Amino acid sequence: MTALRQPGPASAGVLWRRTVPVWLVLLGLLGLTLALAYQPLGRLAGPVALGIAALKAMVVALWFMQLRRPDPLLRLAASVSLVWVAFLFALTLSDLLTRTAVQVRS
Amino acid sequence: MSQAHPALREPWRSLHRQRQGASFGIWVFLASEVMFFAGALMVFGMLRLQHPAGFLAAARATDIWFGSVNTAVLLTSSLTMAVASQAAEAGLRRLALRCLGITALLGLAFLVVKGFEYRADILGGLVPGPTFRLEEPAAQLFFGFYWALTGVHAVHLTIGIVAVAGLAWRGWRGTLPLASPAFEVTALYWHLVDLVWVFLYPLLYLPGRSG
Repeated sequence: MTALRQPGPASAGVLWRRTVPVWLVLLGLLGLTLALAYQPLGRLAGPVALGIAALKAMVVALWFMQLRRPDPLLRLAASVSLVWVAFLFALTLSDLLTRTAVQVRS
Repeated sequence: MSQAHPALREPWRSLHRQRQGASFGIWVFLASEVMFFAGALMVFGMLRLQHPAGFLAAARATDIWFGSVNTAVLLTSSLTMAVASQAAEAGLRRLALRCLGITALLGLAFLVVKGFEYRADILGGLVPGPTFRLEEPAAQLFFGFYWALTGVHAVHLTIGIVAVAGLAWRGWRGTLPLASPAFEVTALYWHLVDLVWVFLYPLLYLPGRSG
């Protein structure tokens, strides 16, 4: 039976100490993006907000979703969707952003 | 032959392989979810590029406090979900069950806050149609996406709450061994629902605040 047990943490305390800092980083990033939303960043506002969201997503994926563990199968399965999403965005935006004149009806 | 582990199911020969198979399966499903939401967000982004003024005015009309509080609630639920999953793996039964309960309650809290927000939105004339309050026509496009995206997210979260509550119930009754991969699989789904909101928040609530 003992061989089936995963080598997990010894106690609840260890587990909380390992996980709460990740949560604090996430809340910090939430506070940062909220504060920056009220700053006059102009055209940078969108990219900054989405960049912080991507950072939060990376923290959640690596620590909460355990992608830090060296498991190539899971890392591949998790990242392959991003490849398709990258195709979707690249092809759509390469059309949209290179049109000569976008007619906007007001 | 030693006796099979109670969490072991057909056709797996070892608990380790079973866990790997379950995690791989849920990750493939989550990848399909990522592509589903990315497609919707792509169209949202296209329309935002074509109607910047209308989308900024519309985003300013959303309630940033409801949105921010709910973001914090979901991030906290991901903390308790992560602890629950790791506690189950480590055989810490009480901690796992407690954290599952808190996670389900935080999910419910999110839906309650969202309900109050929806009520304020409906009373404030933010439903596209003849009673829509904002003047820019593109603002109706924004709110079409607001209702669809937050609605689909709420459906996902509801499924998550049912799954987490079910785990807690079966774990408490003792019908589900802590070594079962169900804890890890449910946790991964929960975190993805959290991640979807992490991207909805800056797209729906943050734009247009500084102007």
